Amino acid sequence: MTADYVPLALIMLAFTYPSRALGLLNPAIERLPERALDYLQLVGPAVLTALAAVDVMVGVESGESYFTIGLPWVSVGACLLLVVWRRNLFIGLAAAVAIAVAGRAVGFG
Amino acid sequence: MTDAATAEPPARVLTQAEARRKLIVDGLGIIVGAVGFGFVYGLAARTQAGFSPIDVMAMSVFVFAGAAQFAAIGYVVGGLPWIVIGILTGLLNARHILYSAALAPGFRSRPFWERAVAAHLLTDEAFALSTAHNRRLGRFDPFGYWFAAIVVTFIPWFFATLAGSLIGQSIVDPERLGIDVIFPAAMIGLAVGLITGRRELVAAVVGAAVGVGVSLASSPTVGIIAGGIVGPAVGLLVPKARAHERAPIGTEASADRYRMPHTLDRRRDEPGDEP
Repeated sequence: MTADYVPLALIMLAFTYPSRALGLLNPAIERLPERALDYLQLVGPAVLTALAAVDVMVGVESGESYFTIGLPWVSVGACLLLVVWRRNLFIGLAAAVAIAVAGRAVGFG
Repeated sequence: MTDAATAEPPARVLTQAEARRKLIVDGLGIIVGAVGFGFVYGLAARTQAGFSPIDVMAMSVFVFAGAAQFAAIGYVVGGLPWIVIGILTGLLNARHILYSAALAPGFRSRPFWERAVAAHLLTDEAFALSTAHNRRLGRFDPFGYWFAAIVVTFIPWFFATLAGSLIGQSIVDPERLGIDVIFPAAMIGLAVGLITGRRELVAAVVGAAVGVGVSLASSPTVGIIAGGIVGPAVGLLVPKARAHERAPIGTEASADRYRMPHTLDRRRDEPGDEP
């Protein structure tokens, strides 16, 4: 059993812990410019949707990127709608997987 | 920091025993979610990024951040340099600054080592549960934080991710089981939880569009970084007065977003609550 990514976990810890500790260990965080705090608030949605969209819409072959449309669009779209509607991520994930499995069983994707 | 979010005081302050009972009941719902999500994370980390169970355990102990751990699968598959993964992880987890600042007054009288450990265990769920608990109680209760952080979140998350990675080892064709769609679906679902106003919505849409556009022009690696940087900058162009911000991250109102759906439905019926 390998431990190849343990150093990566430590690097991620080094970049995560400061933001968690800043307020609890040093209340000076409240002196950060409001604009900076506003920007930080928006990073999460932007990074997560960028990851999802690139994963679903962009393929790579021989180092070349290309636009792709397929079954994952339907799966991820259904997950999005369900999470917005039910506010329950797990239901959304279950639906996405079910659509992918069913779609592939009948020959899509 | 919480001025806009304290508009919903509890109907009455509960006793400690009542508040803790409610905390445990709310916690059960979060545990179910953490176990399910942790399991699919372990599965995806194993089958898509090739993480061993030791790697998954290290991620769950050292990073202990669901969205960042999930995102790292995409980063690793995309071949991002580790230092870039670290920076993106830092950006993605930057919202914890807001949680940490909001919890600081309650922890002010606690020893340094306790605050240092509390910081490592700070998650969306721990913030949400303990903030709601303190509001019901009318004061800070350390038990609420530690229960939420360790019993409700850390222990279920750790064992569920480990179980997912162990089972993932025996799966030979992840696509047939639909495991390849878990990652993008989880990313989009987590993003929904963070969209609390027009600014977040604009940042999310622009982040996705820029991410795809730049990926096609160069590579997915550059596209993801560009989307994560440009999206928030464009989101800030929405004037604050038009942002319709309902629950800024780090406020008590944002804690409500992690409650179980039936609890939210009941709250909507209470007089004085916003629709």
